[in-house]
Amino acid sequence: MPPPRKKPDRMHKDLLRLIRAERAVARHLALCLAAAVLAGLLVLAQAELLAGVLSGGFAPSALWVLAGVIAVRALLGWVQGVAAGRTAGGVKSALRRRLLGRLHDLGPARLTRHRSGELVTLTGRGLDALDPYLTGYLPAVAVAGIVPVAVLARLFAADLASAVIVLVTLPLIPVFGALVGWHTKAVTERQWHALSRLGGHFLDVVRGLPTLRAFGRARYQAGVIKQVADAHRGATMRTLRVAFLSSLVLELAASLSLALVAVPIGLRLLSGSLDLHTGLLVLLLAPEAYLPLRVMGTRFHASMEGVAAADQAFAVLDAEGGPERAAGAAKVPEGVPEIRLEHVTVRYPGRDDPALRDVSLTIAPGERVALVGESGAGKSTLLHLLLGFVRPAEGRVLVGGVDLASLDLDAWRARLAFVPQRAHLFAASVADNIRLGAQAAGDADVRAAAEAAQAAEFVEALPQGYDTVLGERGADLSAGQRQRIALARAFCRPGASVLLLDEPTARLDGRSEAAVVAATAALAEGRTAVVVAHRPAMIELADRVIHLSEGRVTGPPPPRPAVPAAEGRS
Amino acid sequence: MTAATSEHTARRPASAEPGGLPPVTPLSRTRLALAALAGAGAELAGLALIACAAWLITRAAERPELAALSVAIVGVRAFATGKGVLRYAERLAGHDVALRAQATTRERLYRALIPARPLAHGGADLLSRMVDDTDAVQDLLVRCLLPAVAALATAVAAVTIGFAVLPAAALVMLAGLAAAGVLLPAATGAAARRWSARIAPARAELAARVADLVHGAADLAAYGAGERALADAARADDRLAALERRRARTHAMALAVGTLVQGATVLCVVLAANAAGLGRVGTTVLALTALVAFEPVLPLAAAAERLAGVTEALRRLREIRATPPAVAEPAAPAAPPPGPLTIEVRDLVVRHGEDRAPALDGVSLTLGPGRRVALVGPSGAGKSTLLAVLMRLIDPESGTVVLRGADGTAVPLSAMTPESVRERVTGLTQDPYVFQTTLRDNLRLAGPSAGDEELARAVRRARLDRWVERTGWDTQLGEDGRTVSGGQLQRLALARALLYDPEVLLLDEPAESLDEPTADALMADLLDATHGRTTLLVTHRLHGLDQVDEILVLEQGRITQRGTHAALLAAPGYYRDLYRSESLTRR
Repeated sequence: MPPPRKKPDRMHKDLLRLIRAERAVARHLALCLAAAVLAGLLVLAQAELLAGVLSGGFAPSALWVLAGVIAVRALLGWVQGVAAGRTAGGVKSALRRRLLGRLHDLGPARLTRHRSGELVTLTGRGLDALDPYLTGYLPAVAVAGIVPVAVLARLFAADLASAVIVLVTLPLIPVFGALVGWHTKAVTERQWHALSRLGGHFLDVVRGLPTLRAFGRARYQAGVIKQVADAHRGATMRTLRVAFLSSLVLELAASLSLALVAVPIGLRLLSGSLDLHTGLLVLLLAPEAYLPLRVMGTRFHASMEGVAAADQAFAVLDAEGGPERAAGAAKVPEGVPEIRLEHVTVRYPGRDDPALRDVSLTIAPGERVALVGESGAGKSTLLHLLLGFVRPAEGRVLVGGVDLASLDLDAWRARLAFVPQRAHLFAASVADNIRLGAQAAGDADVRAAAEAAQAAEFVEALPQGYDTVLGERGADLSAGQRQRIALARAFCRPGASVLLLDEPTARLDGRSEAAVVAATAALAEGRTAVVVAHRPAMIELADRVIHLSEGRVTGPPPPRPAVPAAEGRS
Repeated sequence: MTAATSEHTARRPASAEPGGLPPVTPLSRTRLALAALAGAGAELAGLALIACAAWLITRAAERPELAALSVAIVGVRAFATGKGVLRYAERLAGHDVALRAQATTRERLYRALIPARPLAHGGADLLSRMVDDTDAVQDLLVRCLLPAVAALATAVAAVTIGFAVLPAAALVMLAGLAAAGVLLPAATGAAARRWSARIAPARAELAARVADLVHGAADLAAYGAGERALADAARADDRLAALERRRARTHAMALAVGTLVQGATVLCVVLAANAAGLGRVGTTVLALTALVAFEPVLPLAAAAERLAGVTEALRRLREIRATPPAVAEPAAPAAPPPGPLTIEVRDLVVRHGEDRAPALDGVSLTLGPGRRVALVGPSGAGKSTLLAVLMRLIDPESGTVVLRGADGTAVPLSAMTPESVRERVTGLTQDPYVFQTTLRDNLRLAGPSAGDEELARAVRRARLDRWVERTGWDTQLGEDGRTVSGGQLQRLALARALLYDPEVLLLDEPAESLDEPTADALMADLLDATHGRTTLLVTHRLHGLDQVDEILVLEQGRITQRGTHAALLAAPGYYRDLYRSESLTRR
């Protein structure tokens, strides 16, 4: 049980602000809370009626009223459950949509700074942790705020002596709860490091199992796991002994005060100074004063995980930066444009060295340019610059003489065909993956694109051909096949005038490479092509080779080594 | 645990294990019984408290002698105290047993994972879920089993009280408690299983859409398809939300039914008492007993919903244990031949799945004593698969791997235990791991008896000495500790391999994720350090390979080229292409 990292108050406020902003959710929450409180108050009526019937104060026909009250309580319980479900669903949907919108706004360049796996988990099942908070804790707070006061008021009206006993013991619950909680926190914090280390040990060992296997230490660790688990149990039980004291105190306060109330009532009934109806009423009502507080305490502990998830979600939502960029409105020049970089410097936040420094170059319409250089030299950044994923910190990019920053970015991107280093295949059919950038493309267009990208043969061999679903849980394609699907995507945009390829043949075997190179050559026909390339076959396609080093253009690359190469080259 | 029993546990077939039951040792069973007793006692004390108080008050109203009430007065006080204390005892004992059971489950899961199983390579997510699943045992005991026992004890006590006072009322209570404690949980449990089966695909769909948005961000932006993907994700969210709303309705219905059953039972008890002409004392005791008896029974509906998830988790754990290991253990293991060893691989075919193309397709090679062979090729060509076969982590579909000793005896790999193979043939594997422990212990796992001098030598040869000096031998590494960069991790793994000093050294991409000068220096040192050692080096960097005895080019599971550096450069093919592109991208 790690202590919460942030102050929970802020999360509560953020969450309430979110709920207020969503009208439907706010309505459902209000309904849920109202039903919970009303059902809590009906317990008073139920006690009243039951005491009346059992003491003989009410006619037996009051039983039918009692039945009505119980039916209404059940109905309210149902309403509360349904409304709570709708509230939780609404809040999760709202948060999820904001998170998704946020991811979209961040854009590809800034998204890489987040841990993508965590984002996916958080946006998916991570938010489910909010359920106990929304459906359990919030209604419990509302009930705890109102019902004990109502019970006390009724007790005061019925029997002053009993009411005073309840009034005096009732605050013991929050006070002791806080005291014990505070002490628990101190103990937990002292042991937190040990607890989390011991608790994480198992996952650590399981993750490292391949390494342990390689060095013959796997069996030995089984004994260690046992020892560590014992140590973990010891430490946890030491903490729990204190933590459970709070529930001991709550339980004792509630049951002992019932005894404190019941015994004097019995004695006063004996002396005739109290009537049975009041006595039974007090007996039935007294526990109801304590119950909501105990429920609230339990639900609070159950909702801690949700608090952490919400914290994480709001941290992503609050992170700096608005939409990727304000959309320009300038029209994209017709035809195949000239691309000119003027003293462009690109910086990534959190990095000292610029990714591109003072780069000036001109790419003529229809020219085929290969970008070469060691990794980290700025080749991909240059492509991302042309795509509008990143903006120059200094200098500018001109497309057909117009500053890229002022262009309608969507219209500009519609003129590009981009094949990234590791193209993502979406959880959709092969055909939909190919027509990603051309919704209007028909089956024939898709087939033609696949044909041109040398992908048709293996796609048609797939179990459902073009309807085969790809993606993480989809068909199993090799790296070369995935790359050719990505190329088909580019082919499926016949209107594209500029081709941007990021190492399309990296990690491919010889046969796949030849196919991709041939496809690329066909695609580059009549278009401007900027290709980040490592392999000779790809570089040979280019009219011009630009060498980048540490973010600078360093002119043409060094001459190719003679084959076979001389020894001791470096 | 002795070596003999640990062997026994590890090899016992999973099917022999009792189905689904949490692993509790005899000692734990006593503790569990104590926890159940305390829990039942706490609920019984609560019931007795109310019954006693009801009797006390209604009897007092009849104005008997004070002495007639004294037992009830003592009872009320005793039960009030007892309830709190017993509850505390139950929670402590219950958690203690649950933690013990979890520890046993984890140990058993771990032992099941020691022999490599095909599913153990399912990525970090699968591992985390597996570890989370072992928590299910805790839930099963603390949130399902103990509450059920306490509820049962309370119900039995309430019905017994009923029989003592008025048998007709007892029958009513029995019916009501059975409906709320057996029928309702059975219905909610079934509903939970049905709903989770319907919701799981919607959840997976949403996860896939979100993953597409995050991992495919660049593709979406470049092709102007972001808005569409966003809308797809929103639609998936809608579908999931609609299903969850309907599930919440079922859940709410169960709550409402519980309240109704409780109320109806109390009403019927009162009606029955009135009909039988029972006095005020008896009627009140019966009514309040019935009312309170439901308190531990009603939560069972929610516990049954939880149980559906718990059994699912336990089923997954059983499945893991039931998956046959990737490697067949020989019935009568042969001893490895005496070194120095030669590895002979003949016509090796390996498949990662029945319906998949072979990862290795007829590979043959010989690695003689003191020879160094390099294996190059594109990713996915089967390089790491070959190393896995040599380490006996997976079995080939066909073909043989033989260890030949200096005396000429040849022992097939399949005749030896995986452990004895890896004692001789191992090294730097794919995805090395940093454990959350000190730097010293992270290194020493490859040489438990190594002295400081040996550790220092291994670290020096892996070019890790400067980092170690800066970091300190006793610094905690791993998630909570000091972070280790990719390059440092690689060198740490190399230091481990050098410390372990196997007869046949395998090195899988030792220079992976190092910057260029470091990688060059490391490879140079490595080639120095492995001089005269039997070494198989997997690499994608060709720099320095002129020093190895033979280079094999592996493409799509087949060896397409083999020879020395000079010979391969003279021939057209993958090797020459890669060498050219490497020189183009060097500084």
